Amino acid sequence: MANPKYEFIQGNLACAKGAAYAGCKFFGGYPITPSTEIAEFMSEYLPQHGGKFIQMEDEIASIGSIIGASLTGAKAMTATSGPGFSLMQELLGYACIAEVPIVVVDVMRGGPSTGLPTSPAQSDILQAKWGTHGDHPSITIVPNSVEEMFTETVRAFNLAEFFRTPVIILGDEIIGHMREKIRIPEPGELEVINRSLPNNDGVCKTPYASDLNKPVCLPNFGKSRIHVTGLNHDDTGFPTMDPKIVARENERISMKIYHQRNLIDKFEALHCDDAKVLFLAIGSAARAAEEVVNVLRERGVKAGLFRPITLWPFPKDEFAKYAANADYIVVPEMNLGQLKTVAERFTKRTKIIPINLVNGEPLGPDTIISAVNHLNI
Amino acid sequence: MFDYSQYLRNEKLPHIWCPGCGHGIVLKSLIRAVAKAGWNKDEIVLVSGIGCASRLPGYVDFNTLHTAHGRALAFATGIKLAKPEMHVIVVSGDGDSLAIGGNHFIHACRRNIDITLICFNNGIYGMTGGQYSPTTASGDKTATSPFGNVEPHFNVAELAKGAGATFVARGTSYGVPQLDNYIYQGLMHKGFSVIEAAEACFTTHGRKNRKKYGPSNLDMLKWQRDHAVSVEKAAGMSEEELQDKIITGVLHNVEKPEFTEQYQKLIDSFGGGAK
Amino acid sequence: MRKEIRFSGSGGQGVILASVILGTAAALYENKHAVQSQSYGPEARGGASKADVIISDEPVKYPKARNIDFMLCLTQKAADKYLPDLKEGGLVLIDSDYVDVPETDKYKVVKLPISSTTYDKQGKLIALNIVSLSAFVEVTKLVSEDSLEKAVLQAAPKGTEDFNMEAVKIGRELAKTLK
Repeated sequence: MANPKYEFIQGNLACAKGAAYAGCKFFGGYPITPSTEIAEFMSEYLPQHGGKFIQMEDEIASIGSIIGASLTGAKAMTATSGPGFSLMQELLGYACIAEVPIVVVDVMRGGPSTGLPTSPAQSDILQAKWGTHGDHPSITIVPNSVEEMFTETVRAFNLAEFFRTPVIILGDEIIGHMREKIRIPEPGELEVINRSLPNNDGVCKTPYASDLNKPVCLPNFGKSRIHVTGLNHDDTGFPTMDPKIVARENERISMKIYHQRNLIDKFEALHCDDAKVLFLAIGSAARAAEEVVNVLRERGVKAGLFRPITLWPFPKDEFAKYAANADYIVVPEMNLGQLKTVAERFTKRTKIIPINLVNGEPLGPDTIISAVNHLNI
Repeated sequence: MFDYSQYLRNEKLPHIWCPGCGHGIVLKSLIRAVAKAGWNKDEIVLVSGIGCASRLPGYVDFNTLHTAHGRALAFATGIKLAKPEMHVIVVSGDGDSLAIGGNHFIHACRRNIDITLICFNNGIYGMTGGQYSPTTASGDKTATSPFGNVEPHFNVAELAKGAGATFVARGTSYGVPQLDNYIYQGLMHKGFSVIEAAEACFTTHGRKNRKKYGPSNLDMLKWQRDHAVSVEKAAGMSEEELQDKIITGVLHNVEKPEFTEQYQKLIDSFGGGAK
Repeated sequence: MRKEIRFSGSGGQGVILASVILGTAAALYENKHAVQSQSYGPEARGGASKADVIISDEPVKYPKARNIDFMLCLTQKAADKYLPDLKEGGLVLIDSDYVDVPETDKYKVVKLPISSTTYDKQGKLIALNIVSLSAFVEVTKLVSEDSLEKAVLQAAPKGTEDFNMEAVKIGRELAKTLK
């Protein structure tokens, strides 16, 4: 027999197994290609392990249900794709302002609208950052292998619980559906973080009290009889229109994340130190870019790949450092330039070469190489 | 004298509702029903959406959740399924529960999840200034039907019944003792219960329809009194006679498998879900 | 060693499952690097379906086949659509009951009556993908017989093990008739 610790499974299944490893006890979802395998696994796994699965009537209800479940103390998750992710945007903002830990997986597909349901795309890079209204934080993780679909899902739960904020995992149709061999970690091998709760669960008059730049320490529904609202609120959790408090709290829910970036930032820098042709890519496009980097290095071209694994907040300092030394920033992506806007923001002098594909086909090394061949390198 | 203060967050009062609004009446009715049920406040979660009625959770000393417009039942479903030992009550206006939240409404009915929904039906969007809702009577003038509402309206109780709710009752903010009783029965019922509280909003609705409802907020309450007909009496009346009547009483009460219990049975079939 | 493989046919024939089994055999039972991926349309049945497997001694980054060494075509539509992707000197196995491909110097065409043989032996075509996969492995020697059998058993639903192992044998014997 094969070693039972190793499995040859698809990315979506690895994501679901990662959620199980992290202690996910509640899944509320709605079927949508190409994410549905995650819900299918959870519907089988959860009732056998004391958890709860529910197929809700739409994606709005799905994210609503997991916020409700999370407020009782359960680690909760949903999974969807572009159209469903659009529907979830309002309540993503709710989870931000009410500081409720949830994990939302978006296995990206072609768009806009129904687009190409079975084809890959990287269409929601900016939606993950700016989709819901108002100023709000976004922690968004982009795995690019089956193994990362597992390990990064565990990390997503950890970040959600620690920071009390929604964490988004952006897969894409390729990463979600491709199969690779992974080793399932033993219990205890990966860190699993649980939300901190007030010491005295019985009385908590100020559940939303927090130091500046820190997440709150909200009790679960129960003895504390807290009030949770999507209105701007003060440290008691009740609505306020006091401009000072509103400003402080609006800033805090973002700053609790941006001030502790050392706990969030994660990226891969492959041959970036001396790179003159610096690729910026994520997800499946980064796998193609990595092949191209290796081909170019064999040709003697100083090429490198900067791959944010935590996409939001963007690892800007590290990227800017490498970008400053590069002659070209090449940004291959399966959209019309969403990641390019990020590169533009954090590089002033370097020439940016966008490579865009929105025809439903995967963005492969050949497309990248032929675009790069035009450069003076 | 009933002591409401032990159920209220007294420091949050006065409430935001207008003079003559029925929401305060239904709030007290709800409190009396909860007291009669003898429930521990720690084990109650009161969930609302957005709108005038949805401000209610802020005033009561339970676990309270003020969600987004229309989504109270979605959140409540997650709470109840994740922690079935909690008593979950949803308060929601007619626009909140039947327009933007209509999909969640019918599916909560269909699942027969053990949640009590109190629909504060004043037939208007009050908080936004009096636009017509799915329960505004045809012909009524509102901020967005200045020439009279040309749309037909929902019958909340029939909708709930048709969608699968297992307990459905309708009371009014005038007939308070009856309403107490309907809410209490709803709380005690195992399954999804819908209590429609027929109300009135003079500020945004009555003022524009004085000919029909009378010149003051008190007249609007009296209109309720004069148009309420018990379900027993209604049985002997023609459709024409019932045209503008509010049929009150327990309209539907059946036993059916409850969703979270069914799910627990599934978990138990795997040996209780040991890790 | 790096080999790129494409299985193609019509939705519902099980080419994706066949590709998963091949990937499993290589990754779990021969400890190689393997990546499997597929593309498909909205149809659960019919349409053109393809699945790629890349088997290599080195980690595989880009998961889609670009320089295909071995191909399996179970329908004419799939052959017409995907054969141009087969590299020079490559090999294609076709189900000669349904697919015809002109002889060429560019690549080797192996023709086997997979459907009719499967139907003759099993009375149904439900294991056509396993018979095809087994014949394909016999021709290409991508994984050992032993690894293939283990991977087939791992994928077979309970109670269908014998039936699927029979399919493996049918495919293998059919391919051996070529020699």
